Amino acid sequence: MISFNLLVLVSLAYVAFLFLVAFAAERRAALGKTGWLRSSTIYTLSLSIYCTAWTFYGAVGYAARSGLEYLTIYLGPTLVMIGWWWLVRKLVRIGRTQRLTSIADLISSRYGKSTVLGVMVTVLAIVGTTPYIALQLQSVTQSIGVFAASSGEAWMPRDFNSAAMWVAVGLAVFTVAFGTRNLDAHERHHGIVLAIAVEAMVKLFALLAVGIFVVWGIAGGVGPTLDLIDASAQSQLRPIAGRWIGLIFVSAGAFLCLPRMFQVLVVENSDERALGTAGWAFPAYLLLMSLFVVPIAVVGLDLMPEGANPDLFVVTLPLSEGRQGLAILSFLGGFSSATSMVIVATLALATMVSNHIIVPSWLNARTPGAVVSGDVRRVVVISRRISIGMILAFGYIYFRLSGGGTALAVIGLVSFMGVVQVLPAMIGGVFWRGANRWGAGAGLMVGFTVWAWTSFLPSFGIDAAISHSVFENGPFGIGWLRPQALFGITGLDPFVHALFWSMFLNTTSFMLVSILTFPNPLERLQGAQFVNVFDYSSGARTWSQSAAQAEDLLVMAQRILGGTAAQETFRAEAKSQGKVGFLPDVTPDFIGRLERELAGSVGAATAHAMIGQLTEGTIVSVEDLIAVADETAQIMEYSSELEAKSAEQERTARALLEANEMLTTLSIQKDAFLSQISHELRTPMTSIRSFSDILRDGEVEDDVRKRFAGIIHEESNRLTRLLDDLLDLGVLESGQVQLNLGQGSLADVLDRAVIASGADTGKLKIMRKPANEAVVVNTDLDRLAQVFINLISNAAKYCTSATPQLRIIVREIGGNTVVDFCDNGEGIPNESQSMIFEKFSRLEDEGKAGGAGLGLAICRQIMGALGGDVTYLPGQGGAAFRVTLPQTQALAAQ
Amino acid sequence: MGQRVLLIEDEPNIIEAVSYILSKDGWTVHTHSDGETAMEKVMQGVPDLIILDVMLPGRSGYDILRDLKAQETTADVPVMMLTARGQAKDREMAIDLGATRFMTKPFSNAEVLESVRALATR
Repeated sequence: MISFNLLVLVSLAYVAFLFLVAFAAERRAALGKTGWLRSSTIYTLSLSIYCTAWTFYGAVGYAARSGLEYLTIYLGPTLVMIGWWWLVRKLVRIGRTQRLTSIADLISSRYGKSTVLGVMVTVLAIVGTTPYIALQLQSVTQSIGVFAASSGEAWMPRDFNSAAMWVAVGLAVFTVAFGTRNLDAHERHHGIVLAIAVEAMVKLFALLAVGIFVVWGIAGGVGPTLDLIDASAQSQLRPIAGRWIGLIFVSAGAFLCLPRMFQVLVVENSDERALGTAGWAFPAYLLLMSLFVVPIAVVGLDLMPEGANPDLFVVTLPLSEGRQGLAILSFLGGFSSATSMVIVATLALATMVSNHIIVPSWLNARTPGAVVSGDVRRVVVISRRISIGMILAFGYIYFRLSGGGTALAVIGLVSFMGVVQVLPAMIGGVFWRGANRWGAGAGLMVGFTVWAWTSFLPSFGIDAAISHSVFENGPFGIGWLRPQALFGITGLDPFVHALFWSMFLNTTSFMLVSILTFPNPLERLQGAQFVNVFDYSSGARTWSQSAAQAEDLLVMAQRILGGTAAQETFRAEAKSQGKVGFLPDVTPDFIGRLERELAGSVGAATAHAMIGQLTEGTIVSVEDLIAVADETAQIMEYSSELEAKSAEQERTARALLEANEMLTTLSIQKDAFLSQISHELRTPMTSIRSFSDILRDGEVEDDVRKRFAGIIHEESNRLTRLLDDLLDLGVLESGQVQLNLGQGSLADVLDRAVIASGADTGKLKIMRKPANEAVVVNTDLDRLAQVFINLISNAAKYCTSATPQLRIIVREIGGNTVVDFCDNGEGIPNESQSMIFEKFSRLEDEGKAGGAGLGLAICRQIMGALGGDVTYLPGQGGAAFRVTLPQTQALAAQ
Repeated sequence: MGQRVLLIEDEPNIIEAVSYILSKDGWTVHTHSDGETAMEKVMQGVPDLIILDVMLPGRSGYDILRDLKAQETTADVPVMMLTARGQAKDREMAIDLGATRFMTKPFSNAEVLESVRALATR
């Protein structure tokens, strides 16, 4: 009989052996001899942590209960490794280029370094994995219990519990020892990987040994075994299509999404080529692991007493046959399965908790801007250790609370389905650039909630987490929310039901929200880096840790600082080191100083990235590039600001110049105007003075005196008119003219103008078409009449024809009413037409007719004030002016 | 007496007034009212004195004065400028060009007579 002490001794010896293996591997790795530690064999064997105690013990129980269905758990990963190798390869490539540390890091990193998503995945992983860790502890205590029962010793239940606790503590110590030894940027743990590879061999060897013993030692060969299988009730079980598809899908998804699988598959992968070997070797390993499951189950059911737990046949069968050595080997196989899973799962979870929850909180709690350097490493190590302890404590507490009642396979499936909720966000993130953080967050939330409601909470049993009435009637009596009949769909297998709804709602919300929202720039970049990872990265690249080359640095510095300045800096440094020439030793001090100097020219981020590339051989990360782009944008913005400023100054200068020119012009115009005014005023005054002198000084004949008095009278009238015009123009030009709006007929206004101009009594013959003049105008009628009077008077004064005529024509042109005044004189020469509306532009040749040349200027000002216009119409035979009435008048007329 | 005065001026009322007072004083007054043809008029019979307005249609009084001073036959004929622009620079320009007198409009008849007499007896 095997005593409890012997069992403990064997276990301790085994654990000590594992410590040794791991320690040796770490030593080799530390010495740089990682050659065979990175081999594809080790990689393939490390993948075997997929086979936990659940597969080791539980598969037999599963087969005993449900026949061949247990195979689905092996088929999922097999399909992934054979059929989806390109997906695995892509994940591995992304993991390496992005230096991912966990699945939470993958999701967070892909979706723009989202902290929230990292936390969500971490929480999901903890909730999904804790029961699984409890399961491993349970399997260890159960197998110990088997030995207790067979030895007849009366072990107290608390011994089971303390055994589980000691196992948990031991695992924590192991994980802390080898999982947090050094903080490699690549998160690779050679010691742990080698230890679990050894454990993989142990469990395979143990299971094969038990299988061979069962087939050839108990059943008596392959033939009898097959007969036994044919006769068993299990052979009658037919596969249920829905469950098979669902199970294969879940195990395939879990193979990719389980934190521990991601750890060994992606994070611990140091050579992409190892995937090639693992692609066939791992399925082969799974095949061997599953080979003897059915024989052991069938033979066990046949031989063992009714009610024996089929989950433990692997140990109980050899024991019942008295093969204690084989039983201990089998126990060690199960122990290996359990411990390797717990170690890697704990390590992966601790990394996630530490990186996504503890360290960010710690950094946030610190004063912003504080220098972060060496102390971060210490914080990270401590937080990892605490996380490891916490996670194992969770597992242990869960184990104690659940009481070990549930079948192993059920816990496993619930756990698998939980972590598979990450799958849509992961696959979408890797293949679909449109996926964004809102979509990923929504999908995770929905999937996690539905999973918890339909699968996780019900797994505690009826009335444990969800009451019986809720199962029957739904929460608050809402029938379509029943945990196992969502949306009123009943009759589905609970597993298929939960899987379908959680994945369907998860994927749908992920895609819909992704389509409806927009990713931020960092997300876009990361999306491109993930989806097109093979375009961005080269093949299996290994860069040598190139030593900093003073020459490289000099070349770069010259490019940025300019030849002389760079050479001066380097020469000074070399001189201070006591060397001659331009190439000093590259000390950290010097690198720091050089970086600061370069930062002055190209910005801190750029300088850091450049120096980093030369001195440490690091590659430039996306964040570096974004920082560089930000800086460049800032510099460009600054320079464009400068440009804008100088353009502004130029504009101002130009405006000043123009204003100055205008002032000069105005001043010249003012001089010209004053001189003109002076001339116009002095001329009549000269006549008045001269003639009044004559009349005063001497005797003048009567008729001559009368004539001279007449001239004086005329000239003083002329002066008055001129002053009136000047004042009128002044008012009009200042824009302060008071308009006296009224309504009247255009014909009336024209009649008044003809009479006021005095043209009707003179030589000028005026021709009108009264029919066209029946237009109602709504304007300042006096001002309009003033314009008409001016134009008619001009015709009367200046028309050169012997029989002067003036045609006044009213018509409609383009919606405007126009009044044309055309005489039959010589008209105005082309070169003068442009200036007749200027002040004092009286054509000198015709100046004898009197008037100061202000009339047309006044007309133009008046029409401008009324909202119309007056223009010269060339090519009409004689002088022709067109008065365009304001638009509103035309409208009012209709 | 009987000296000939040529009045080149475009304002009809001024022509009438100046002609009237000079005629009464015994001068033979010829008038011309166009700037462009003024030199031709002068050359037809060089007068003893020219009264020249600045602002003339066709040609400015200054241009005509320049021509008069440039011609040998007319260079010595005294010229009295009349102008309605009474600014200092106008006066300076006239004197620079060789005008003998400069008179701003409006003027008194006595002034005109006095100036004409002074110039003619030189």
